[in-house]
Amino acid sequence: MKKIIRKALILLSVYYAYMVEYRAELILWVLSGSLPIILMGVWIKASQGGNFGLSSVDFARYFLTVFVVRQISVVWVIWEFEREVVEGKLSLKLLQPLDPVWHHVASHLSERVARIPFAVILIVLFFLLYPQAFWLPNFRQLCLFTLAVSLAFALRFVIQYTFAMFAFWTERANAIENFWYLFYLFLSGLIAPLEVFPEPVRKIVLFTPFPYLIDFPSSILIGLPVDLTRGFLSLIAWILIFLGVNRWLWRAGLKRYSGMGA
Amino acid sequence: MSIIIVKNLSKSYPVAVKEPGIKGTINHFFHRVYRSINAVQDVSFEIAPGEIVGFLGPNGAGKTTTLKMLTGLIHPTSGTVKVAGYVPFLRQEAFLQKITLVMGQKQQLLWDLPAIDSLKINAAVYNISDKEFQRRLGELTEMLALEDKLKQPVRKLSLGERMKAELLAALLHRPHVLFLDEPTLGLDVNAQVAVRDFLRDYNQRYQATVLLTSHYMADITALCQRVLLIHQGKLMYDGSLDGLLERFAPYREVHVELAQPLPLEKLKIYGDVQHLEGRAACFMVEQESLTRTVSKILSELEVIDLTVTEPPIEEVIGRVFQAGVV
Repeated sequence: MKKIIRKALILLSVYYAYMVEYRAELILWVLSGSLPIILMGVWIKASQGGNFGLSSVDFARYFLTVFVVRQISVVWVIWEFEREVVEGKLSLKLLQPLDPVWHHVASHLSERVARIPFAVILIVLFFLLYPQAFWLPNFRQLCLFTLAVSLAFALRFVIQYTFAMFAFWTERANAIENFWYLFYLFLSGLIAPLEVFPEPVRKIVLFTPFPYLIDFPSSILIGLPVDLTRGFLSLIAWILIFLGVNRWLWRAGLKRYSGMGA
Repeated sequence: MSIIIVKNLSKSYPVAVKEPGIKGTINHFFHRVYRSINAVQDVSFEIAPGEIVGFLGPNGAGKTTTLKMLTGLIHPTSGTVKVAGYVPFLRQEAFLQKITLVMGQKQQLLWDLPAIDSLKINAAVYNISDKEFQRRLGELTEMLALEDKLKQPVRKLSLGERMKAELLAALLHRPHVLFLDEPTLGLDVNAQVAVRDFLRDYNQRYQATVLLTSHYMADITALCQRVLLIHQGKLMYDGSLDGLLERFAPYREVHVELAQPLPLEKLKIYGDVQHLEGRAACFMVEQESLTRTVSKILSELEVIDLTVTEPPIEEVIGRVFQAGVV
């Protein structure tokens, strides 16, 4: 156990140093996640005209939270993994007594830490510009949100890492991710909160992994009605399903990788 | 007891073949045709602990494929491999702790960070304690003359320094068996010598076994008492470097400095003239007629200086690969 903690700490600290090397890039990455802020403007405008069941302040809070959730759950493992496979760098990692995935996990987690200060500055700026949207979630909401958003990140990572496994069969695995992203965009709550979806659509969407990635944690934090049990169980179930597929593809992929001459 | 045992090792893999042109592309999309490539065929050898063995062969001969089978990266099509008592392909932790693979054209160090950060990761991954890490780091930095280079970002290091840092990272866990694929690729002469000296030093200090491929014959002559020669996937020779010369190059070069320049026709009768420039001539003479030819030259021509040398090993090997003689 002590050894595992030591490994984790060293991986995290080194990858943190790695991420901080790209300070300017980090700011750009944070800003590139501001699609929710743009959509917020659209929905605030729309809410003043139509009847959506959510007020313009609700929309502002929702999309600000979506922005935060996106900052915490952004994942890019498929591009890194694909490069390692295509360039053959995976070979060197396979010769170390540590599953290569832990390098990716560490780099994602430490990037979160490097990113937080910039995201906080943006949030403060937002409340200065739009003070009527300011609210303080209670302690219970905060705890549940933290748990939900962590699981959402884990699910997003596992799903993308599963798609990344296809790099063993095709050199352009990220095409799968790009296709999947289209559904993610519309069904996760990134473009519109699930609250405003027509009821039958909403019911179907809740059987997919998408709404738990963004809408679920966001709704918890701003106090919209959510089915907590269903939400958390769905997150865990989807994580386990994709983890199973992932490990199966990993083993099959390694066999293929080695068969093709590594 | 051998540390590396390879028996009847073969590897073939499918490669998609595509005809040129639009038609070929369309066919390639709907109906892919695969051709089987026999990268390694029926190779057997054993290596004793502490040996440094050179692995020679032209590009595409099957050297890297063999190294990858020995490290467990790829699965043999047939035959068996045992390294340090383990079957490599299972990639058990105890096996991984005992071996290392260095590839001259692939790096493991994080590009934008100082090498020391990557080394810290390796120390953690291989469960090396902090104290032991510092000790080994000190020792290896000294052997590699890398002091104060480890704190600079890897991208700021010269190619030679980077290769040395790569070696440090690959050897931090003190492996017993080193697989080196072109470790001096692209390095200048000084850096090549430094890497070579280090490898010899490491081998002697830790009795490590080394299997090395290189296109620079100087690496092989400086380090290896024994060479394996592989061509088109088949093992053609296994033995000492001198033996290789005797077997594949039963001739010597005779360099002669004449008192006056002579035409080519006059010199031809003494042997195969390799080159002639002014008063300097070089003959290729078969070993059994060497004494006879040399005394004939000395008695019949006005000679200022005469030397007999072995042909350069590159030439010998090049000839072997070209002719395909065994």
